[in-house]
Amino acid sequence: MIQVDGLTKRYAHTVAVDHVSFSVEKGQIVGFLGPNGAGKTTTMRMLTCFMPPSEGTASIAGFDVVKQPLEVKKRIGYLPETPPVYPDMEVGEYLQFVARIKGVPEKEVLQRSQEAAAKCFVKDVWSKLIGKLSKGYRQRVGLAQAIIHNPEVLILDEPTSGFDPKQILETRDLIKSLAGAHTIVLSTHILQEVKAMCESLVIINKGKIATSGTMEDLTRRNGAVMEVSVPEGALGAEDLSAPFSSLEGVNGVTATNDGGLWRIDVDTLTSEDLRPKLAQIVLGKGWNLYRLDSAAVSLDELFLSLTTLAAEEVKQ
Amino acid sequence: MRNVLTIARKELNAYFQSPIAYVLIGAYAAMFGYFFWSLVYFFVRASMQAQMTGRTMPMNLNELVIRNLLGNCGVLCLFMIPMLTMRLFAEEKSRGTMELLLTSPLKDWEILLGKWAGAVGMYASLLAFSGLNLIFLFAYGKPDWKPLAVGYLGLLLQGAAMLALGMFLSSVTQNQIAAAFSTFVLLLMLWVFEWMSNMDQNVVTEVLTYVSLLRHNESFIKGVLDLKDVLYYASVSFLGLFLTARSLESLRYRG
Repeated sequence: MIQVDGLTKRYAHTVAVDHVSFSVEKGQIVGFLGPNGAGKTTTMRMLTCFMPPSEGTASIAGFDVVKQPLEVKKRIGYLPETPPVYPDMEVGEYLQFVARIKGVPEKEVLQRSQEAAAKCFVKDVWSKLIGKLSKGYRQRVGLAQAIIHNPEVLILDEPTSGFDPKQILETRDLIKSLAGAHTIVLSTHILQEVKAMCESLVIINKGKIATSGTMEDLTRRNGAVMEVSVPEGALGAEDLSAPFSSLEGVNGVTATNDGGLWRIDVDTLTSEDLRPKLAQIVLGKGWNLYRLDSAAVSLDELFLSLTTLAAEEVKQ
Repeated sequence: MRNVLTIARKELNAYFQSPIAYVLIGAYAAMFGYFFWSLVYFFVRASMQAQMTGRTMPMNLNELVIRNLLGNCGVLCLFMIPMLTMRLFAEEKSRGTMELLLTSPLKDWEILLGKWAGAVGMYASLLAFSGLNLIFLFAYGKPDWKPLAVGYLGLLLQGAAMLALGMFLSSVTQNQIAAAFSTFVLLLMLWVFEWMSNMDQNVVTEVLTYVSLLRHNESFIKGVLDLKDVLYYASVSFLGLFLTARSLESLRYRG
């Protein structure tokens, strides 16, 4: 749905975005993660045809952002960092204005704007001046504006900034419910956000892509973690780790017990997924298996290691 | 076309949703009312003197009242136009709503034509308020309506040209005061180039005299519809719109 190839934006003295390439499948939610000033907003602005790239290409639903901007703009909904609202307008009036400039047929303008308002929980402030609304409400009006013409692609720049915890949860649910019908790219520097919503992830730093892939690919490490329960007093740590250490490719096994369940960490040399074999062994022994996961680093660790590593490289 | 109308309507509403429209209409009505009252006062006194001394001088409402009145209106434009144009793009840029317009399926010319049309609509409603005074002339005298209509057409064309120039200056900055002041200075310069007509005749003074906004309004006010002057205002309007389009394009590149 979105295809970005070598996208670059140069200013007189700086390179804001440097040969960024990624692609997004239809119906996915992709998180665009990076520290402030990493080039997230600039990339989004190029995708929405707000500014042309210096180099490289990007296409949305098969239309090139430079050659067919009108076709692209018809198919995207965009929520910039600051919601693009007119404080002197009423919410309803504003949404109808946006619906018209987005090309919604005149007959459907009122209905569509009411639907979008209802979806984004701003129906109750329909006839209030936008300037009188709180930041959270204003942000949701901005979100309603982005979905009003039912675009194929939604590009959201920090969609939950300025929300209270309840609104954050509601908005996450809303965004998740929009996926499937819409392809969503959202930028954020809040890690929980990404964990809660995104299937895949692009981490960008200093204008370059640090890494990208699905959530699981990025955080999985070689090995697996199990939690099992065994008959009372029957087995020690060594008895528990022994059956796994003899498996091919296993590097080391540790078993620990902190009160209830035993936790067994299995380290492997390769990225081969041993989980089916591990499960068979556990069940063969007659233990109860409560959890079996591939070993993972937390997203926070991954993010920090990628962004600080790159910062050090720049210093050198 | 629908996009142009949508934007124009939004601009026109924006004037009336902010205090700008009411302040300008109020100020314009007060100034115009004063001009009207004083010109009629002099006209009445002159005609009474003429009667008393028994001199039957032909007195003409169009010549003595309307012509001066419309001339003064032209000067008022100088102060009104910058207030109308300053917000057109500068406000959108400082509020971040420019991003909405530029990422919507609109062509640049639809945006700027819509904004210009909205501003011209606002200016036309100012002119309409001035017309209220003139009803009295028709109620108590017999002015000729044709030169009056031509005069108003001239004011409208002149205003449209000035609005296009002001819109361009608003598109190059985020600061409304900077936009308003630079527009005022530009219009003032174009106005006072008229003085060049009294200087030594050479190519420079002749060209500058010709581009003066004031000079081209004179024939309209006299009730003469001259194609040359219509073309002048049309081309100044076009220049303003063209420069605005270029400025929007460069905005995309500079970000």
